[in-house]
Amino acid sequence: MAQIQIKNVAKNFGGYQALHDINLTIEDQEFMVLLGASGCGKTTLLRIVAGLETATTGEVWIGGKRVDHLAPKDRGIAMVFQNYAVFPHLTVFENIGFGLRMQKMSNEEVTRRVERTAGLMHIDQLLKRYSGELSGGQRQRVAVARALAMEPDVILMDEPLSNLDALLRLEMRAELKGVLAESKTTAIYVTHDQVEAMSLADRISVMHQGKIIQAATPIEVYRNPAAKFVAGFIGNPPMNFLDATPAGDGKWTVAGQVVDGPRVNLDRLQFAIRPEDIQLAEQGMSATAKVVEPLGAHLLVTCHVDGTSFRAVLDSDLTVRPGDTLMLSPQPDRVRWFDPETNLAVA
Amino acid sequence: MTDATQLVGNTRSTRKAGRYVYIASVVLLCAWVLVPLYFLLINTLSSPETVNSFPKSFIPEFDLGSLTFFAGFEGMLTALKNSIIVAAITMVLSVLIGAPAGYALSRFDFRGKELFRMLVLLTRAFPLPLLALPLAVLFIRTGLDDTAFGLALVHTTLAIPFAVLITFSLFSGIPIELEEAAWTLGCTRLTAFTKVVLPLILPGITASAIFAFVISWNEVFASAVLTIENRTLPAFLLQTLGEAPLHLKFAGGFILVVPALIFIFAVRKYLFAMWGIANR
Repeated sequence: MAQIQIKNVAKNFGGYQALHDINLTIEDQEFMVLLGASGCGKTTLLRIVAGLETATTGEVWIGGKRVDHLAPKDRGIAMVFQNYAVFPHLTVFENIGFGLRMQKMSNEEVTRRVERTAGLMHIDQLLKRYSGELSGGQRQRVAVARALAMEPDVILMDEPLSNLDALLRLEMRAELKGVLAESKTTAIYVTHDQVEAMSLADRISVMHQGKIIQAATPIEVYRNPAAKFVAGFIGNPPMNFLDATPAGDGKWTVAGQVVDGPRVNLDRLQFAIRPEDIQLAEQGMSATAKVVEPLGAHLLVTCHVDGTSFRAVLDSDLTVRPGDTLMLSPQPDRVRWFDPETNLAVA
Repeated sequence: MTDATQLVGNTRSTRKAGRYVYIASVVLLCAWVLVPLYFLLINTLSSPETVNSFPKSFIPEFDLGSLTFFAGFEGMLTALKNSIIVAAITMVLSVLIGAPAGYALSRFDFRGKELFRMLVLLTRAFPLPLLALPLAVLFIRTGLDDTAFGLALVHTTLAIPFAVLITFSLFSGIPIELEEAAWTLGCTRLTAFTKVVLPLILPGITASAIFAFVISWNEVFASAVLTIENRTLPAFLLQTLGEAPLHLKFAGGFILVVPALIFIFAVRKYLFAMWGIANR
């Protein structure tokens, strides 16, 4: 039973402010993904929760206990590292049992737990091997098993899949999700891979320049990005943006078309739409196709609308050639609006 | 077409010439080290007459006379014992002091870290003869003169830079994540060190200890100045062989060189590591 609370945490490295006043609550048994580009502070935040880094200011609470002054070993956490950190001088068995031995657990108990977690991670055949005799994927399994064997309140993962090849990553991702759901631990998972984030998370915290921009469920982050940064970061290809000018009474002019929009008193807005929420129509925004990429399931068309680059995911049955003029119609309920000054969403 | 072939021919001959220069340099450098050692070996294993005769033979005659002389030489065993005691103390002290310094250099960021690294090396910049007189006076005043411990202190100063540099590169070769993983698995800084780092660097620590041993074993100047009764082997041989016949000088030199050579050969991999040459 462990809820994690991060209260007003900030971190300075010399003169560089890596984290600004972070507030985040992760519920018991929740799978929270910290998502952001490299250098956004996500790993620093994870390491502060782990106790491997000290926050300059702020508090960390785990399971109703303040832990920011405690050593990593006293926080009830286990961590999986990006480069696995499997001890090279110990066998797989002793690696998985390392934390249990540190707790002075009986031999039978250690054996029982190691065999159980090794079974979960499908490495029960490798218990006598050393890390030098394992593949990257197997080492990753050992690292996860070692963390799970501790039966921690909280499991922290720092880009655990980023060193694996694409196919293995896909396989491990599904497996991790299953195993962690089973273990009922609270998890914080750091990644820069939005697909990984979407597929694993109960909630995603999108981070940018040391701040949490939005913390919400994957579908919420995808459908209703709270800021232009989130809209551009999540989704592949990312959201399209077009300038909009007021046409009065909650209407806005976008690429020569008048569309319904928010009733706000601003002289400019940004109109945003996901490429997959666009259809070809009789009437709509006029677009000139520039690049056409058949992706099998879809047709990805990069075109120019109103002088701006604009992507649309269209039906693969269509025939579109570069230079064609298309009429594009955005799905009205999927349109989002951003304030170009603050870059925040406008309802 | 002809141009192209000519060009290929040219680069090939340049490469060939480069290879000859390379091989010649290697042969020259090897000879520089090996030829004197070989002469030492031949003359040690020759009878006194052969040593003094000319021209020299290039084949040893396996006369063990000179070596058996040393086995029975008075004071020889005491000097050998002193040498081993001093070298052993040096070994322990330089690892005990050098390894924590190497750990700190590789794991912590602190003000003046680069300066400290340079200062470590600077201890080698002071010529011993310059220090010998003040040291001798100081040792006589504190009663450390003519003791194995006092001499070991001086030798430790000489060996520490190497101990620091070797252990620094060893610790740097161990990813910090291994220690961090140990901390999250229930270790303190100390238990993480003893359970994870120490087993991994033990071979390297042994190597740096052996290297310290060799430095002490080979050191002659401080030993000759700071000890009188309790001389180490090099100082003892320097003193007694001054007037000894040539064949005994060769044999004495041989006795000194062989253990050092064997030890250095055993730890060569770690000496490369000291200079940052990857050897794994």
